[in-house]
Parts: sequence; structure tokens; C-alpha cells
Amino acid sequence: MSITLVLFLIVVGITLVITAWAARRTKTTVQFWAAGRQIKGWQNGLAIAGDYMSAASFLGIAGLIAFNGYDGFMYSVGWLVAYLTVLFLIAEPMRNTGKYTMADVLAYRMSPVPVRSAAAFSTVAVSASYMMAQMIGAGSLIKILIPTLDTNLKPYFNWDIFGTHLDPSITMVGVLMMIYVIAGGMVATTWVQIIKAILLMSGAVLLTFLVMLHFGFNFGHFFDAIASVKDKATGLNFTQPGILYKYGQKQVFGIDLALIDNVSLGMALILGTAGLPHILMRFFTVPDGKAARASVAWAMGLIGSFYIMTTFLGFGAATLVGKANICAKVVNGACVGATNSNLAAPRLAEFLGGEFFGTTGAEFLLAFIAAVAFATILAVVAGLTLAASGAFSHDFYVNVVRTHLLHGHVSEREQVLVARITAGLVGLLSIWLAARIGATANAAALVAGVAFVIASSANLPAILFTLFWKRFNTWGAVACLVGGTVITIWLVAIGPGWTLPAVKNPAFPLQNVGIVSIPLGFLLAIVGTYIGDLVKADRLSEVTFHEIDVRAQTGLGAEPNPVAA
Amino acid sequence: MEVGKPVPAPEATRPELARSGPPLGEEVHWEVLEQTEEFRDLVRRRFRFVLPATIFFLVYYFLLPLGNGLAPNLMKTKVFGEVNIAYLFALSEFVMAWVLAYLYIRKANTVFDSLAAKVRARAGKGA
Repeated sequence: MSITLVLFLIVVGITLVITAWAARRTKTTVQFWAAGRQIKGWQNGLAIAGDYMSAASFLGIAGLIAFNGYDGFMYSVGWLVAYLTVLFLIAEPMRNTGKYTMADVLAYRMSPVPVRSAAAFSTVAVSASYMMAQMIGAGSLIKILIPTLDTNLKPYFNWDIFGTHLDPSITMVGVLMMIYVIAGGMVATTWVQIIKAILLMSGAVLLTFLVMLHFGFNFGHFFDAIASVKDKATGLNFTQPGILYKYGQKQVFGIDLALIDNVSLGMALILGTAGLPHILMRFFTVPDGKAARASVAWAMGLIGSFYIMTTFLGFGAATLVGKANICAKVVNGACVGATNSNLAAPRLAEFLGGEFFGTTGAEFLLAFIAAVAFATILAVVAGLTLAASGAFSHDFYVNVVRTHLLHGHVSEREQVLVARITAGLVGLLSIWLAARIGATANAAALVAGVAFVIASSANLPAILFTLFWKRFNTWGAVACLVGGTVITIWLVAIGPGWTLPAVKNPAFPLQNVGIVSIPLGFLLAIVGTYIGDLVKADRLSEVTFHEIDVRAQTGLGAEPNPVAA
Repeated sequence: MEVGKPVPAPEATRPELARSGPPLGEEVHWEVLEQTEEFRDLVRRRFRFVLPATIFFLVYYFLLPLGNGLAPNLMKTKVFGEVNIAYLFALSEFVMAWVLAYLYIRKANTVFDSLAAKVRARAGKGA
């Protein structure tokens, strides 16, 4: 058995043991959705980091930097600064007013049926696009890193479902994620994320240390090496901006297209995080607002250090391995087939292991990084499944259908049962969708970007205005939640990059649509509110503002920590 | 919990809530509470920190992509060895984020929390 397979089995084994332990503490809704609100600040900080640093940020950014130099680092910067928005405006008010999902906060002031349905719609849109990117990435990664696993699993997954052939790797990831969430709910998900964060940090620290060891801990030498790597197309070296964002080539409305694209990306990154349902959900797991604040501090420390290390990984791969040698299959030191930027970190690990510990070292480090990437994917998809099933079962089924439309009382037992069933359905659906889309789209990264844009165009205005704008009402909330989501998807669909190969003259020129859709989302919220005012549809929301205002600021009457009771 | 209803009474009997303020009465008068000096002070102080800090980090953040796009030669200027302004500016974004977060949390732990506790105490007395 190969080292890689052994390490994979260890990761799977540990997470399943945790799930078994967590399953015994997951009986009530507050345990299922919020881990009984007894996660400590530092634990939640680790879990947020684990939830947030997806395979896209670990393998993706390292690869972007390895292939494009400095410009790849832009993602890293935006993803950390994003947490200031979360810390200043979102974390504490969310904990103080919310229960299990984002929609709980909105439903405080708004008419619950339309606003919960709209929030469920945008939540599912965000989570689904994020999930697809992760699952498709997972599938291709496992195929490359442990081809034996994929081939061995193949005979067991040799089915067609509704015309789509199942992908063994994707199915395995999906089944594991369903086990974590269905059996262990938020408790299991949290601990899987904590372990993943620790693994990921150790992997990044180890690789950074070895890269610097190679350069004798001399930053001067390291940067000399980076500057000697040149981009063929632009002639720039890898320390310089402009390789990925080709400034000064094309213009839209008299402004540099690359510049708008980059600023637009930045907007989605720093505003989108505060509207990601699976991140928001994490703030309901801690006892109070103070712990919510502490968790952001821990998360920022970890995420920031990690993203700084991505430059060492990326630049390390660019200088030590070289773009031309980063691919799935290497024979006699040369690439067979196309290069693949996602493999920059694994190939760097292989190189460094070989340099310092010989052939076995190379094999072991490659296997270790592969296992880290695998754990990373599992932790992120588990969080996403929980968020999506929260929108379906807690928001839509329990609070809209059963409580408001059928006027029924829903028992704890039924709520947890429905939560588990929807988590299973979400899991099955994403396994099928990922296998279906994965075969046709190369646009996994683009799909993940869409999640941030929907979150910042639809969810963020709804949350911010609910918390801070007295006049905001149901009309405004529904307008931005539905409108922001639809506009984003539409702009992406008519823009470049969605269809492959890229369209020559797309109807919308930007790949990153945030710069248009985010202001439109806020505008829809405002216009919707004034129209709602005009037709006098929702007078209650202004009255209830006083309540949410006091609650959000002071934590008065916040959902208690049930364990202490 | 739905719109407009008073905070449910059962929580009031829970001893652990005493930690975060006295038990809530049958009904909390949110509007009255919102007008108290303590609450307005809390909102004012938080606002006075959060608003400038948010504007600052947005401006500081967007200076990076704008600088890279509009003043590429400036950003490519080497500071020491091959390390240029673009890389150092990007690193400074991390420091900026950590410092602002530290300042906010310090302020929240020392100032905002105690003011919030006062408001909660007020609610206990029936505002």
C-alpha cells in the first residue's frame, strides 16, 4: 500500500472517530445546528479558518503565484482584509440576534415567509456554487494524487444516474461529508474543520521552513531567485505586478479593463466573506458576542499567517520546481501532458522532500500534502452541506412551510430528523451535480468566485440594512436577496470565461462582475424598501428595528448557551 | 422567536444569564432602552471607531490594486535587493488588518462591553 493511501486512511479514520463521538452529543436542534453553543472562541477561530481556507486557497493560490508571480498574491490579501468587515459589522450582531441561520436575523424584522424563502434561495445559490468548485476540485485532485484509489473505487461506482456517470473520487468525498454532517452535525463539522486547520497550518509551515532552508534563510537570495523567473508573454519578472492582470491592453468605458477586473475581484473578496452563509453560521456556535469577537481574532491570525506563507509556497514552486515541471505526470524529470497550476504545492513538497530526505522523503512529503489537501476539501464541503441544509430545513421547511403556511408545531425530534434528511439530499444532489458539471466545465475556480459575488450582492446588503437601517423592510430584503443573486448569475453567464473556450466579444466584458452587481444589490435593497414604503406593505419592520438595534449592540436576550442551563 | 414579541420569560429564570445581566422582565421596552443615555453612548462610541476604521481599511485596501494598475513603475521600485514596493505594500495590508483588529478588540473589551452591560442592567430594572 502506498504512503499516500495510508495517510488518506488515517485522515478518514480520525474524522470518522470524531463523528462517532460527536453523534452522541447531537440530539437537539441547537446541538445539530450550533454545537450546543459551547464552542470556545479559539476553537471557533480555528474552525472558521478551517472552513474558509479551501483547496482553492491552498492549492489554488500557491498555483496562481507559481504560474503568475506576484499577481496571484492579490487573492490572499483580499481574503484576509475581508475579516475586518466581518469583525466590525457582522460577527457580534449576528451572534447577538441570530439562532441557527442568516435568515433568523432577517426574520426578526421582516415578514418571515417571503424573507426566509428569499434567504434560502440565495443561501443555496452561494453554497451550491462554492460546493461545486470544491467537489470538482476534489475529484480531479484525488485522481492525480492517488490514482490507485480512484481506479480501485471505480468498479463500485460504475453506475449512471439520470444520464450522468458517477465519479468515484467525487462520490467518496460526498459520502464522507454526508456521514459527518448527518451523524455529527455541527459538532463533528467543527472538529473536522479544527483538525484540518491544524494540518493545513503544519503543512504550510513545514514547506515554508524548507523553502527558506533551501535559500539559507536569506530573503535576498530568495527574492533574487524569484526576480530571475520571467514571464514570457509580458517580459515581467515574478516579483512584479501585471502578469495575471495585463494592465494597459484593453479598455472599457475609457478605463483599463484589467484594473477594473482586479478592483472588482477585490470588492467581491472583501465584502463577500461577510455574506457567506457557512461562515456566518459559525458565529452561532459560540456562547456570546465576546466569544464571536475572539473567534474572528483567532481566525485572522491563522488565515493571515497562512496567506503570507502562500507566497513562500508559490514563489518556492516557481523558483525550485518551475512552471514547466508542474503537471500531473512526470516521467524522467519531464512533464507528460499539460501543466496544472493546482499541483504547485504538491510538486514543491516532492522536490523539497527529495532535497532534504531522499526518495522516501519526497514520496512522504508529497503524500502528506496530498492528505492535507484532502482533509481541507472534506472540512469545507461539510460546512457547506450544513449551511445549505440549514436553509432548506430550518428556514424553508420548519419556519415557512410547517410553522407559517401549515400553522403547525414542529417538535425537536422532527426538526433534527428533517435536518438530517435534507443534509443527505444536499449531499446526494451535489455528488450528482459535481459529476455532471465536472465533466464539461473547466471553470471550477470561476464558480467559486461566483459564490463570493452572490454573497456580497445579495446577502450582505440584506444583513447590513436589517441591522443598521431603520426604514429597511421586507420588500427591500427580498429585492436584494433575489435580485442580487439573479443579476450576478446572469452577468457571469453572459460574460467571458463561463463557456469554454472563452467568447471573443462577450455581452458583458468583465469576468469579475462584483463591481456592477454589488452596487446593484445595495440599490435594489434601497429601491425595494421605498417601493414597499409607498404601498405601505410592511409597517412592522420599523417598529421591530428598535428591538434588533438594542439586541445587536448589547446582546440583551441573545439565544442562550443551553448547556449551562 | 418571531417579530415584535417580547423576550420569552423562561430564560429569565436561568441563573447563567445573571452573568450577562439581570433577568429580563416580562416585557422589554426596546424603544425606551434605545433612548437611554447608556445605549446612545455605546452606539456613538462604536460608530466613532467603526466608521473611520472601515473607511480607512477600504481606502488602504483598494490603493493596492489601483497602485498596481495606475502606477506600475512606482510599485516595481526596488526597496532592498529585489524586494519591491508592490510586495511590501501587499505585506503591509496584513499588518494593517491585524492592527485594526487588535485595536477594535481592545476597545470592545474595555469600553463597549461595559457599556453594553450597563444597558442590560437597565433592562433588568425595567428601563
